[in-house]
Amino acid sequence: MTEYEAVIGLEVHAELKTNSKIFCFCTTEFGGKPNTHVCPICLGLPGTLPVLNEKVVDLAIKAGLALNCEIAEFSKFDRKNYYYPDLPKNFQISQYDLPIAREGYLNIDVDGRQKRIGITRLHMEEDAGKLVHSGDSITGADYSLVDYNRTGVPLIEIVSEPDMSSPEEARAYLDQLKAILEYTDVSDCKMQEGSLRCDANVSVRPKGSQKLGTKTEVKNMNSFRALQRALEYEIERQIEVLEEGGQVVQETRSWNEARGITETMRSKEDAHDYRYLPEPDLVPLVIDVEWVERIRQTIPELPLERKKRFVEEYGLPEYDAGVVTSSKKLADFFEACVEKFGNPKEVSNWIMGELMRLLNANNMELNDSPVTPGGLIRILELVKEGTISGKIAKQVFEEMFNTGETPDAIIKKKNLIQISDSGELEGIIASVMENNPKSVEDYRSGKKQALKFLVGQVMKETKGKANPQLVNDILLKKLSE
Amino acid sequence: MENIVNLTITEIHKLLTDKELSAVELTKAFLDYIDRIDPTIRAFITVTENTALAQAEEIDRAIAQGKKIGLLSGVPMALKDNLCTAGVKTTCCSKMLENWVSPYSATVVEKLQEAGAIMLGKLNMDEFAMGSSTENSKFFTTKNPWDTSRVPGGSSGGPTAAVAAGEAIYTLGSDTGGSIRQPASFCGVVGLKPTYGRVSRYGLIAFASSLDQIGPITKNVRDCAIVLKAISGFDPYDSTSVDIEVPDYEKALTGEVNGLRIGIPKEYFEIGISKEITEKVLKAVELLEDLGAVCEEMSLPHTEYALPAYYVIAPAEASSNLARFDGVSYGYRDENAEDVISMYKNSRGEGLGPEVKRRIMLGTYALSSGYYDAYYLKAQKVRTLIKQDFDKAFEKFDAFITPTTPSIAFKAGDKVEDPLAMYKSDLFTVPSNMAGIPAISVPCGFAEGMPVGLQIIAKPFAEETLLRIAYAYENCRGTEVLLPDLEVN
Repeated sequence: MTEYEAVIGLEVHAELKTNSKIFCFCTTEFGGKPNTHVCPICLGLPGTLPVLNEKVVDLAIKAGLALNCEIAEFSKFDRKNYYYPDLPKNFQISQYDLPIAREGYLNIDVDGRQKRIGITRLHMEEDAGKLVHSGDSITGADYSLVDYNRTGVPLIEIVSEPDMSSPEEARAYLDQLKAILEYTDVSDCKMQEGSLRCDANVSVRPKGSQKLGTKTEVKNMNSFRALQRALEYEIERQIEVLEEGGQVVQETRSWNEARGITETMRSKEDAHDYRYLPEPDLVPLVIDVEWVERIRQTIPELPLERKKRFVEEYGLPEYDAGVVTSSKKLADFFEACVEKFGNPKEVSNWIMGELMRLLNANNMELNDSPVTPGGLIRILELVKEGTISGKIAKQVFEEMFNTGETPDAIIKKKNLIQISDSGELEGIIASVMENNPKSVEDYRSGKKQALKFLVGQVMKETKGKANPQLVNDILLKKLSE
Repeated sequence: MENIVNLTITEIHKLLTDKELSAVELTKAFLDYIDRIDPTIRAFITVTENTALAQAEEIDRAIAQGKKIGLLSGVPMALKDNLCTAGVKTTCCSKMLENWVSPYSATVVEKLQEAGAIMLGKLNMDEFAMGSSTENSKFFTTKNPWDTSRVPGGSSGGPTAAVAAGEAIYTLGSDTGGSIRQPASFCGVVGLKPTYGRVSRYGLIAFASSLDQIGPITKNVRDCAIVLKAISGFDPYDSTSVDIEVPDYEKALTGEVNGLRIGIPKEYFEIGISKEITEKVLKAVELLEDLGAVCEEMSLPHTEYALPAYYVIAPAEASSNLARFDGVSYGYRDENAEDVISMYKNSRGEGLGPEVKRRIMLGTYALSSGYYDAYYLKAQKVRTLIKQDFDKAFEKFDAFITPTTPSIAFKAGDKVEDPLAMYKSDLFTVPSNMAGIPAISVPCGFAEGMPVGLQIIAKPFAEETLLRIAYAYENCRGTEVLLPDLEVN
């Protein structure tokens, strides 16, 4: 049986983090009542003209540099002509033959080995509006409603080389790209709000073959998981077609999340002729060396560099460093804690454990939570000085996460201070021993695990507040009496 | 009241500041005159009587308060109906926009409003500025005031006829391939197409964005200089407008042309031009020579390719610019369409006229995959050659003089069935749009009783040179305003 390999290239659209739209002064804020973030320009009313938002160019240059691209000294905008009711001018202002950046790359880590994925090009364009159909599609609907709030929100499209050979690599590429765009503050990359969108070009070929197979384009993957699942499905499907002696048809396919399959969307024959033409209402974009250098100065340490540094500087395991640097906010949080408190591994445990657990459980971003580095540091200090136990610390952390109160306030309010008074503990321990004579007997007769039970009983009695080390010591002393 | 028909901007300014006439009286006189004469001329699509009178009252208040008013304050004007006016219909003389009211005003409209202009209304044109006679207007054809059986030219036929008939002191038109100059020539008025980028296009409903410019239409050169100054300048809302200081154009009106080097491009006298027009133009050249200008025959070798290249580039841009008229959120919509595709097809099919559709098809074809290189790209190369022709010639010459059109105003209906013959009336005006350079048409006498236009072309942003030459010629020819006798008493 032939062994196949996949060839995957990704086209990623990312919304740029600007305050105003690409060609007018309307806000880019997500949400808002339909058709309230609009003006004659983004509505494409007769007579209006686009004026390029310079901040968009800044961010596109920044993304280009972070992706190791060449920034074009001379680029221009073009019109991509097609009819759709979410596109008020029936053309999209984009960049065609002279994009702002090209020929870059990014590195991904898959199974501990690094691979370089080429970036073909990066260009700027305007987003379209949003349609809501009264039926299941535009042709089957009684009516459709259109919201132009998103119309004219700035996007960059990043086209990769077909350098990925598995869904895992594609996922790693998208992870890394997202991290880079977040680190550089170019985009929010919120897939659920549509600020990061991804299409894939996929083909398969017999392993070792140099010839590319016929590709399909897969669209409508709305999460990282969807990307991976869709690619797995599509690769499997293409292999099956070939195995059965068939041929893969060049077409655009849509990922159906509910059914877990890709479906034909439009064939090659139905492909649009976009009739690109240079946008006559905008002057060509000339970017000089000073502009590029000014932007280069603003690029922070990027995720892979930071991961490497965390391993070297803080002695974090590769895995921990990867998780903690997966977003800039987490990495900043980590470093802020370590700077004050030291103990990098303990800090990363807290971040990867409690913090990420609570963020995921509440479907929140770090920014949305009231937890600050100061809060975590305080908890760590309280544990270290013996004021609270490690177990109580987790309780305090969760309370802090939910209410935003300071650890000290929580401890005081809930009376969680650790009992480290030997006198007080001795009394409690004595009564526990009295109430559990069998366990005491067991221990003394050599069943050492009975100690654990007794410690547990003391903790229960003290609602977890007893200093576990002290309980242990006192119990051992008393049991050997 | 004296005859308002012949008044110019400076004369009105004097009447108003001397308090011999109030702005309201003047405006009423114009509205009355329009009432009487426009059923014959048919220049106006919309007359904005109430807002005009309100604006006039405001000017009168300012004058009464002793405030200093600008030259254009209280001067009645009107606008081609492709310039957006907040609260007043802007139709482009198309069924598509028959009832469309813009929520905003074009930059030029705002500038004139700030200058105290009184807007009398909106003027007829060929649908979406595509045409040379106003016969492509969805609503009606405007008549040439000199002979109502003839067309006023186009596409700014309404604006030029209105000025020639004395219905407005000045008007604004737009010029993509000659749409100001050709009808100015046909109607015997002054029309100027500024350098591309001199005047903001924001609020001008685009035909071909890389060629369109807004310009003044007036009775004489001085008025032209005054209006041009008022509408020129950089606009942050138009990236293609250029940030170059706007000179006081009136200062160029010295009557002096001594030493100016003027080229007479022979290509403009070779192609199917009427003998009488050649004579009139050459007579004007002689007059300028007498004033000390150095005139010399020369060549602009790529002239003949300008028109075919124009008819690729302009429709290509138009096909994209006009794609927005789809019935989705404004304009004409076929309410009975069954689905979105038939809504597009029917709304555009029924809402747009035959010439507009012809050009959309031409442009769509020229941009289609497989044809782009042969048509659009090639036309762009021709455009570069035309620019180079001019650049090279400008090393030796300050300006060029040509006829504005190869013929006088033709009879209504004569060319309706023959689009190519209609296109050819743009032969001499198209090259300056392709090169983005300024050009003016000035009346230079009559042939068969109809006005003849003299075209002067100058370097980019050398509108002063145009006006200097045009004024010197006008001064020499006789500065009295020549208007048709319309017997309106």
